[in-house]
Amino acid sequence: MVSFTPADYSAIYLSMKVAVTATLLSLPVGFALAWLMTFRQFRGKVVLDVLINLPLTLPPVVVGYLLLLLLGQKGWIGQHLLQPLGIKLIFTWKAAVIATAVVGFPLLVRAIRIGLEGIDEGLIQASRTLGAGTFDTVMTVVLPLSFRGILAGSALMFARGLGEFGATIIVAGNMPGVTQTIPLAIYEYASSPSGDIMALALCLVSISLSVIILLFHEFLSRRLVKVD
Amino acid sequence: MELRVDLKKELGIFSFAANFTIQGDALGIFGPSGSGKSTLVKLISGLHQPDSGVIIIDGETLFDSSKRLSVPVEERRIGMVFQHPHLFPHLSVKRNLLYGYRRCPSKHRKIELADLIDVLEIGHLLDRGVYNLSGGEKQRVSIGRTVLSNPRLLLMDEPLSALDDSLKFQIISYLKSVSKRFKIPYLFISHSLVEMRLMSDQVLVVENGGISDQMSTEQLALSRMGQSLTGYINILELKDPQLRDELCAYPWGDGELLISAGNGQAGSLFELSSRDIILLRGFPHAISARNLLKCTVADTFPSGRRLGVKLDCGGEHLVAEVTLPAARELMIEKGSELYAAVKASSFRRMV
Repeated sequence: MVSFTPADYSAIYLSMKVAVTATLLSLPVGFALAWLMTFRQFRGKVVLDVLINLPLTLPPVVVGYLLLLLLGQKGWIGQHLLQPLGIKLIFTWKAAVIATAVVGFPLLVRAIRIGLEGIDEGLIQASRTLGAGTFDTVMTVVLPLSFRGILAGSALMFARGLGEFGATIIVAGNMPGVTQTIPLAIYEYASSPSGDIMALALCLVSISLSVIILLFHEFLSRRLVKVD
Repeated sequence: MELRVDLKKELGIFSFAANFTIQGDALGIFGPSGSGKSTLVKLISGLHQPDSGVIIIDGETLFDSSKRLSVPVEERRIGMVFQHPHLFPHLSVKRNLLYGYRRCPSKHRKIELADLIDVLEIGHLLDRGVYNLSGGEKQRVSIGRTVLSNPRLLLMDEPLSALDDSLKFQIISYLKSVSKRFKIPYLFISHSLVEMRLMSDQVLVVENGGISDQMSTEQLALSRMGQSLTGYINILELKDPQLRDELCAYPWGDGELLISAGNGQAGSLFELSSRDIILLRGFPHAISARNLLKCTVADTFPSGRRLGVKLDCGGEHLVAEVTLPAARELMIEKGSELYAAVKASSFRRMV
């Protein structure tokens, strides 16, 4: 019988906490950017599109390393913004949140965009001519009609967040009970000679969580298709 | 209502410029697809911004590029009736109807939900979702939603082109009764001359990205007669038919019209092409056409290679069309007396 150590439970809990926080933090920004990319024409739209999607194609290790350079003690943001405010991010669970947010962000924006592109622009014009301002229209027409896209994007990003490894290990390190998430714990067990069983057990936890989330995502996507 | 527009707009390779002042409560914008009608509508409503110019409604400036003034769409109080109903799918019929009403400042709220429900006959739909409505019901709810936002002007952008014929005329009567009952002037946009004649009395003709003409709708119809394959369409509003020998007899002028497409309904609208009217000099002894109307030539006008003839038939008017040789043979001139023969089957029922 496999029994998890407190550090393992803490890894499971931390994985969930990091993925949930990263998703929630990314949602408003992701929605705003998706809205901008869908309904507005502006200069540099292609550049922004590439920037948003870049983490999808970059190795997560590269993302992590760049974040480390940026947020670390000698990094531009770390030195000029975080230190004066007394904030330390690197090698804390918050750094794991940032790494997860950056890596999962393209998935979120893509799903929301699909939801937004499904909205008939005539509905938006109708609401404007009926007396609703831009913000009012977003809150009462755009948000409700893209709700499933938003949910689907969040589910996808959350699932991706649970599995984040490359960027996290660089900016947050691998400290059991502090910054060690499920994938990092598995990595540690897998590198020790007698850790196979534990690694497999944690793999099962990881698989279960992912399957649940993906089933939920699949269910939502089907509903989306039906609405269209 | 007085609308003054003087503006320019470049849209890629298409450019639009208009300069006009138009007054009236039933106005039309007529022109073929791609001529710039919808562009003009979007510019007036504020959905698009002109590059330069002014838009003034009843003395209130909505846009003036020289003063850098542009009233936002939501504050212009210009209601739109679109080609498609664009009902909000996540709201019930009632919440759709009240969407604009709730956003209208209370000082402008003159039309209430209850008044509108009667005019548009949508009371039984209120608690439904919008997915289960028929095409005509959707368009009625959409009209209601716009009217309830208490606009100063209704812009109707091809509101009938997605509907089939029978629904079209039904919606026309709703549109007209709403505008009349609640005293909202409108600008009706269409490429169909018949729709235009039923909806408007003054028109702006839009062609190639600009206003090419401004005239009464009747003038427009007469001027287009020569170019149209169907000639001029006489529109007849007839009431109280009586069944006679399988035809419907409708009182008209000082006589009656026998029509095979008639039905038992109290009121109907019929169209009759100017080319389906045969003119005769003397009274024939026997003729298969069931309608033989004694009439006087009120006026004649050239129409391409033909002659347009305005007829006065016992107080009612018809426009007929004859070739020039026929006109010479019949010696048609103002005041001459003629007989007009029309087959009972030549009348097409519109509604």
